[in-house]
Amino acid sequence: MNLLLILPIAIPLTAATIGLLFRKSPMVQRASGVIGMAALLVSVIYLSWQTYTDGIQVIQLGDWAAPFGITLVMDLLSAAMLIITAIMGLVVSIYSLYDIDRVKEQYHYYPLLHILLIGINGSFLTGDLFNLYVWFEVMLISSFILLALGNRKTQLQGAVKYVIINLVSSLVFLFGVAMVYGMTGTLNMADLAVKIAEVENTGLVTAVSMIFIVSFGIKAAIFPLFFWLPASYHTPPVAVSAIFGGLLTKVGVYALIRVFTLIFTHDIGYTHTILLWVSGFTMVCGVLGAAAQMEFRKVLSFHIVSQIGYMIMGLAFNTKLGIMGAIFYIIHNILAKSNLFLISGIAQRLTGTFELKQLGGLYRQYPWLAVLFLISAFALAGFPPLSGFWAKLSLVKAGLQIEQYVITGVAILVGLLTLFSMVKIWAYAFWMPMEEENKSEQFGKMKLMGAGGLNLLVTPVIILAAIIIIVGLFAEPFLSFCMLAAEQLLNPEIYIESVLGES
Amino acid sequence: MKSLILHTATRLLMALLLIFSLFLFFRGHDEPGGGFIGGLFGAGAITLYALAFGAEKAQQTIRISPLTMIAWGFVALIISGILPMIVNEPFLTGQWLFLDFADTEVKLSSPLIFDIGVYLCVVGFILAVIFSLEEE
Repeated sequence: MNLLLILPIAIPLTAATIGLLFRKSPMVQRASGVIGMAALLVSVIYLSWQTYTDGIQVIQLGDWAAPFGITLVMDLLSAAMLIITAIMGLVVSIYSLYDIDRVKEQYHYYPLLHILLIGINGSFLTGDLFNLYVWFEVMLISSFILLALGNRKTQLQGAVKYVIINLVSSLVFLFGVAMVYGMTGTLNMADLAVKIAEVENTGLVTAVSMIFIVSFGIKAAIFPLFFWLPASYHTPPVAVSAIFGGLLTKVGVYALIRVFTLIFTHDIGYTHTILLWVSGFTMVCGVLGAAAQMEFRKVLSFHIVSQIGYMIMGLAFNTKLGIMGAIFYIIHNILAKSNLFLISGIAQRLTGTFELKQLGGLYRQYPWLAVLFLISAFALAGFPPLSGFWAKLSLVKAGLQIEQYVITGVAILVGLLTLFSMVKIWAYAFWMPMEEENKSEQFGKMKLMGAGGLNLLVTPVIILAAIIIIVGLFAEPFLSFCMLAAEQLLNPEIYIESVLGES
Repeated sequence: MKSLILHTATRLLMALLLIFSLFLFFRGHDEPGGGFIGGLFGAGAITLYALAFGAEKAQQTIRISPLTMIAWGFVALIISGILPMIVNEPFLTGQWLFLDFADTEVKLSSPLIFDIGVYLCVVGFILAVIFSLEEE
């Protein structure tokens, strides 16, 4: 039992409470926002280190033994997800210091950000299917408000779609939970893994697993359930876009990985084949959608969909290398994608628009911004030696290993098309000259760094770009960490034993 | 709403409702009741007052803003969670203190603090909704 395992939930809760108590003071709000994220990062690094050295960490909240109590479990997959979440939380909260205006701050932006993190961290930590539902709700409720913060018309349009589709997803999830409970009489994931194998009606188990694919699939934005994502992610403030685009869909992917490695492994030939098909379509649809868009953040939103396909593909391979690739891909993708969103925000500050056709000349005026963009964009497209290359390489290798040539071919092709979209943004926003009539006042005058510059916006982007380069150049330790995480996932006995104890 | 009947009835009912909400609150834990239901009744009492005399008057009467109430609710939740960690038990583990006053046994516990937190959150949330709806 590790008492400190509650910290990834308790720290954001405390930070949110401080923010709520001192609503009148912007200084306290900002300070609690950023310092809270920093404290969270420190705590999850410490906990991950413990998980790495001592094995899976477990806590039973309220001291009620599993499978009856509230169980929090931290294995290496959770550790990886928590660290990346905390990093994103920190950089986005720094970015928000400039990006989020006073009015939105008054509507409790920072407390909401922390409550969002509570939901995300809770989802990554929980060892109980129903609690996963509860954490999803915590996450969704705060994300509803963050999405609508600012009250512009387009935002409300996006938010309505997002709210409705996510409520449907939650409802479907709840059906699934109820059916699982009806079949097995337990909801603790470790206990479920044992008991679901004893259910005689395997057809019903498969049917329930499909319910979970649909529910988590909506959250993860897989084909054909992704349409809500490009309709809403380009509407909120950039900082919110970045954290949504980076993290929220990945929570769905995490949930899929968790249940399809731990619980629903009875009929891999059927369930994982469906996942494989879905992953292929997700990749292709996303990238084609992106090719057709001409708005910075919409292009990126469609790419989220396409990248989700890769992660699901790794899961569907169900081999050590495949799942390792999927986990590494999640980490890399959160970094690269969020960074691109943050850069789109800077570009918008400088030029006053997100429309690629009106953007232009950024390379001439701001060469360093172009460099930062190139790092993230090439990482996303999978250029060596950046992080995306290793992610794609492991997935392609995993595909070839089990002779899934078609889907591997699709993955490589989609990689090329991703490059096409990135080059499109590059060409329109950075390379081509800007037309005189579109030129905004601050263009060319506003500095990136230094006095009166966009320091607070650029610093987070630099931090993320640096992490992308580090992950790319020194990939070995990260890959072996993901390998260990994949090993843990494919040997659920360790997980079950850690939660339920030796019995 | 200007209605003599409502005004008079509210004055009488409100005290009753508040006392009943406290009764439900303390009855919790072993019997039906507790922070959530108690909180609903408490919020019901103040909502009735807001209907009779207007949200502004209700806000003046309770003094504390609903959102601050939620925040203090969170504070109570955090305290009840962290208390057991001091004696090296997991977050939210119930800590009990039994006191004897004459012939009655008084039970003080960290779940009670937790329930106070729930009570404040429920009242704060409902009032926040009612007050902002009244404003429109």
